[in-house]
Amino acid sequence: MRRLTWIVPTLYILFLMLPIYWLINMSFKTTNEILGSFTLWPNEFTFDNYIKIFTDPTWYNGYINSLIYVSINTVLSVAVALPAAYAFSRYRFIGDKHLFFWLLTNRMAPAAVFALPFFQLYSAAGLFDTHIAVALAHCLFNIPLAVWILEGFMSGVPKELDETAYVDGYDFWGFFIKIFIPTIAAGIGVAAFFCFMFSWVELLLAKTLTSVAAKPIAATMTRTASTSGYELGLLAAAGTLTIVPGAIVIYFVRNYIAKGFALGRV
Amino acid sequence: MTTKVENQKGWLFVLPVFVLVAFNAIIPLMTVVNYSVQETFGDNVFFFEGVKWFEQVLHSERFHAALGRQLFFTFTILIIEIPLGVAIALAMPRSGPWVSVCLVLMALPLLIPWNVVGAMWNIFALPEIGLLGKTLNSLGIDYNFTRQPVSAWATLIAMDVWHWTSLVVLLAYAGLSSIPDAYYQAARIDGASSWAVFRYIQLPKMRRVLTIAVLLRFMDSFNIYTEPFVLTGGGPGNSTTLLSIDLVKVALGQFDLGPAAAMSIIYFLIILALSWIFYTVMTRGEEQ
Repeated sequence: MRRLTWIVPTLYILFLMLPIYWLINMSFKTTNEILGSFTLWPNEFTFDNYIKIFTDPTWYNGYINSLIYVSINTVLSVAVALPAAYAFSRYRFIGDKHLFFWLLTNRMAPAAVFALPFFQLYSAAGLFDTHIAVALAHCLFNIPLAVWILEGFMSGVPKELDETAYVDGYDFWGFFIKIFIPTIAAGIGVAAFFCFMFSWVELLLAKTLTSVAAKPIAATMTRTASTSGYELGLLAAAGTLTIVPGAIVIYFVRNYIAKGFALGRV
Repeated sequence: MTTKVENQKGWLFVLPVFVLVAFNAIIPLMTVVNYSVQETFGDNVFFFEGVKWFEQVLHSERFHAALGRQLFFTFTILIIEIPLGVAIALAMPRSGPWVSVCLVLMALPLLIPWNVVGAMWNIFALPEIGLLGKTLNSLGIDYNFTRQPVSAWATLIAMDVWHWTSLVVLLAYAGLSSIPDAYYQAARIDGASSWAVFRYIQLPKMRRVLTIAVLLRFMDSFNIYTEPFVLTGGGPGNSTTLLSIDLVKVALGQFDLGPAAAMSIIYFLIILALSWIFYTVMTRGEEQ
């Protein structure tokens, strides 16, 4: 009985891979083949869709824009969340519990609610269509998440570590940067992973806050689907390429995901 | 658990977080509150209307229908994803080279932009050229998600299960791997059945991560917009128009700022209230 349990994850992974396979399969087909016949793998194998993306600036700039604001957001979110999470895990201060809960409520706010006010706010601040605008807007849900994850990790670190460091003559920031941050490296990895993930996949706010200069790849795809007919092959190729950065990030944090969660949240 | 010391310096530490989140949350929220009590005929001229919009939204059948669809969607995916995620986590290997492979492959759907998820499932499920649509139709099942509400719903739920079950798996797996081997050895010595091991060792140990999983899945599925919008556009008809889609239709499609703002506030309050209920119920036993 125990030996057969591998079937469950295998079937599940197969289910996960099928739509992805279909997307990749489509991306190597010509439009003719997609619309004209039903084939399980590309018969007229073509790289045209990918060549189009890598040579057309409106396409490849979309990737660059997305990567820029996602990176700014991840660094910013984790950097400000670190001291805050430390305070929540170590200190009692007026309103701490209310503040923590208030932060989490922002994680619950539907992006659709914020779309219009964000457009007006960032236009008024002169930040419309910049990478900073999207990076700041995504802080709304990423900072609470980063604080939440890091607080869990930090509460798992015994307080004796702090006290020993002070006895050894470290001042607070010396201790925080040289000892504490390396101790919770796994937690920072997990927090950064989630910030990257939620900023990379979000579209509604990113689309609302940009028009040309900082347009994310996902928005470029939406435009293609609606204006220049239905170029499925191109759309599939663009979609396939959006999976790549995520796959790279997961590969790097693969050992932290399970281990990190276990340390931090339980 | 460490004991906390009283230290008001904590505020200095949380100040950057507070400023950034407040900028993004309080100003837009006040804008929404402002719109929700006013009427405009353009030209930035506003009239105070009191609670008119709130009454209108709360009595509108359209809102009730969208809320009903939203609740149905959220509870259906919770009932499927949570047990499925736990079952997969239990069946996963605890150690060895396959763990990394499983985790990387399973986490993949989580990192695909949401509109790509929608587009991918659209291509996958199209009746003529999609693998799923073509297969179902050739099996004699009448399936067309752009025309039949039932097919559209089935596709929507399958897409969400595909997209998010992995999050539950990752969290449940993390909870499971924190259980020391000694627990299992003790259970074996006592001759405990695998159900008993699950009920008295694994489930209690997973309680905290499962609370997080349920809350995250609840909040995110209640806010879902991009995937169903790309997949079905809320159709056929209004059959898959969930709350967010309806809200964006009112706010950006018809530009009815007042009703849209009132709807936003009601929507947000429903999420807050339900999250609080979930949280209270799921953590009630923890104190004892």
